[in-house]
Amino acid sequence: MSLLMPLPEQAIMARREELLARLRAILPAGNVIADETARRAYECDALVMYRALPLVVALPETVAQVSAIMALAQEMNVKVVPRGAGTSLSGGALPLEDGILLGMAKFNRILEVDFENRCARVQPGVQNLAISKAVEYAGFYYAPDPSSQIACTIGGNVGENAGGVHCLKYGLTTNNILGLEMVLMGGEVLRLGGKHLDSELYDLMGLMTGSEGLLGVVTEVTVRLLQKPVSARGLLLAFPTVEAGARCVGAIIARGIIPGGLEMMDAATIGAVENFQPCGYPLDAGAIVIVELDGTPAEVDHLVAVVEEIARAEGATETRVSQSEAERLRFWAGRKNAFPAVSCIGPDYLCMDGTIPRGRLPEVLTRMDGLAKLHGLRVANVFHAGDGNLHPLILYDASKEGDIERAEKLGADILRLCVEVGGVLTGEHGVGVEKRDLMGEMFDETDLAQQQRVKCAFDPQHRLNPGKVFPTLHRCAELGIMHVQSGKLPFPELPRF
Amino acid sequence: MPLTPRDEADVTEAIRAALAEDAPLSIEGHGSKSALGRATRRERVLSLAALTGVTLYEPQELVLTARAGTPLREIVALLDAQNQQLAFEPMDHAALLGGARGDATIGGVIAVNASGPRRIKAGAARDHLLGFRSVTGRGEIVKSGGRVMKNVTGYDLSKLVAGSYGTLAALTELTLKVLPKAETEETLLLSDLGAEKGLAALRKASGSPYEVSSLAYDPQGDAAALRLEGPQISVTTRRDDLTRFLADFDGATSILAADESRAFWTRIRDAEPIAGEGVIWRVSLAPTDGFAFVERLRGAGAPIVAHVYDWAGGLVWLRLETVADAHATAIRAIVDALGGHATLIRAAADIRARVDVFHPQPSALASLTRRVKEAFDPRFILERGRLRAEF
Repeated sequence: MSLLMPLPEQAIMARREELLARLRAILPAGNVIADETARRAYECDALVMYRALPLVVALPETVAQVSAIMALAQEMNVKVVPRGAGTSLSGGALPLEDGILLGMAKFNRILEVDFENRCARVQPGVQNLAISKAVEYAGFYYAPDPSSQIACTIGGNVGENAGGVHCLKYGLTTNNILGLEMVLMGGEVLRLGGKHLDSELYDLMGLMTGSEGLLGVVTEVTVRLLQKPVSARGLLLAFPTVEAGARCVGAIIARGIIPGGLEMMDAATIGAVENFQPCGYPLDAGAIVIVELDGTPAEVDHLVAVVEEIARAEGATETRVSQSEAERLRFWAGRKNAFPAVSCIGPDYLCMDGTIPRGRLPEVLTRMDGLAKLHGLRVANVFHAGDGNLHPLILYDASKEGDIERAEKLGADILRLCVEVGGVLTGEHGVGVEKRDLMGEMFDETDLAQQQRVKCAFDPQHRLNPGKVFPTLHRCAELGIMHVQSGKLPFPELPRF
Repeated sequence: MPLTPRDEADVTEAIRAALAEDAPLSIEGHGSKSALGRATRRERVLSLAALTGVTLYEPQELVLTARAGTPLREIVALLDAQNQQLAFEPMDHAALLGGARGDATIGGVIAVNASGPRRIKAGAARDHLLGFRSVTGRGEIVKSGGRVMKNVTGYDLSKLVAGSYGTLAALTELTLKVLPKAETEETLLLSDLGAEKGLAALRKASGSPYEVSSLAYDPQGDAAALRLEGPQISVTTRRDDLTRFLADFDGATSILAADESRAFWTRIRDAEPIAGEGVIWRVSLAPTDGFAFVERLRGAGAPIVAHVYDWAGGLVWLRLETVADAHATAIRAIVDALGGHATLIRAAADIRARVDVFHPQPSALASLTRRVKEAFDPRFILERGRLRAEF
């Protein structure tokens, strides 16, 4: 693994026993995990290439305990890495060997469902899908639906600003939450927003969303609930080439239609899916596009006809319209299984997450193909086509000498390409440690310094999830934030990397 | 004498000069919102009115980039021609603050996070800001975000600058998500229900699957209004379904066809039903608390002259008779008990300089807010005193 993390601070490691004793005074006995075997369970998130054994795992159950742990960490100058279910794909929850891993899994209750105000107050460890399950009896759901929704937690969704298939029409996490309770480094508890719309003054809730656990620990989330559409139908459209599929996607949106879901897969992925769990995708297609239209039956029927007509005009070789709920779900089954399916055609894969302006898709795919050849690897493609969010899956074999490094290099080249054509490094997985060193591709030094000054406003000593998102850890003093007393920088031991 | 930079480099120079002289700058476009916020001395005005022009518009990508001083009406006209829109429906403050209608600039719209009745479905201005360029109070050019719909690269500073009243940075260029216009719209009116029942009908509709995009109650005409947008066939069937869904409320129903409907929602958007003499407040609450808030305020003896509810009761616009504290004490006490916030939108400058225009914050939040301001503008050079007396 080529990742460079800050060297553990020996001064902190030396005070481990004291830290454990003081954590045990805050938490019930079983909630401080010191034993090495048990700590191993937390050594990585879903980006399994990078691992580190946390100094200790703390599992708080109340806001008061979180606050006490944060105050203790501040006082002892210990780092804290917050963690939900650990499904992050960018190493955002990668532990630090000299830090507390703050597991929020015990915050697993839905506190209040308020249908009249269309919202629910939930604890951060509640799974994304569990919210929808808890309110579906009344016809409601929570819209953002990341692929990991069965496992990932709402607290993690806030940290990463998670998206999903629905987000083209219904927005990301940031557009679907109303309130947050959070704990700052130092232990202060803040409430932002509530059941009303729009924060007043600075929108710190918007800032917190997608801040990857660097600004505060979320202890409660008020989410918006939406009423389920009366009906939804799917279309499965096959095209001879990815370019033709991409043109169709553009034409649908140009017609003024924003589908509930709009996804695309290339031939490599279609083959993998059919090999893994056949769901009837046409194997001779260069690309398939799955469109979901939702609303009242009359509206959906009308839009289905329009989309079918557009697809034919763009050269679709096949158009299927779901005639039942079972068929609609079958169209989606392959898409939902795409990642595990691809893992069956190569021993390992690296999932990238760049977003590009949709119109550049054909060009990007052609150039990506060239890059893959250059590095001697294969790439399978799944996209959230409606919003230009690509998930190229780079296939490699970890047991082969140099393959990991090749995959990482290809990944970086792909993300640079995304930025070059006007896109971004990450659409929904976050920067974490994975894309940290690429931040300079998108931002200049001044941009990055300003973002880190925002970090200083929340966490002046950089104790909360340090080493993630920013390529160089600046001291707040260098950023013109902290007062330097008698020429001495605070925390001179803080390494730069 | 306003400073009128022609480009971003000029803006940088103006802010650096102001820093060197410790002379605070007020930022404006066409000045349509200069009466919002706390009254400040406005000795030196940085006018972004010359920073105009749409620099990128790709209808198929649903994205538009414009310099901050570009008039909103120019952007609306450009989008109109492609059958697209700013779905958050920016409010026009002219009815409340004076000035010519349609005179706002896109920079001002974003700086105050001005959203309209469609906010409940389409989101606020901040939800449509994909990225921006700016010059901070440090005199540095800083950009954030991008031009694509999905982006979690770095902190989402777009959310922070939207609604910051120019106190963090002078916005120079904005990239916005644009959306297709609905083919048509209609508004279902339920009349003669009274406010309590009318608002209950709106809340019931907001939890229906009929995709109502705006929900307002106007006590002046005793009408609960529900807007439906989309293809004609869909609007027609949803209107019929919705009428049945709300049949228990027993109100007199009528329909506003497309043109009337548009005119109706423009009036609500711009808070026209409460225009007139007096002080004006905008109160954001949980929808179930809108009615209770007004009742309690009346109970406290506040002389409400006019009011209107938007966002299914979650937004209350009020006009009251002018008094020394603009009724801030009474309004704030009730809002604090219910949860939410109240903003003084219009009052004489001496009142706005004296009372908190924006809702007071608990101390931990207030000090974090101040630290965020300092991260962008440590010398308080931009809009000093606009949000809070102390910065």
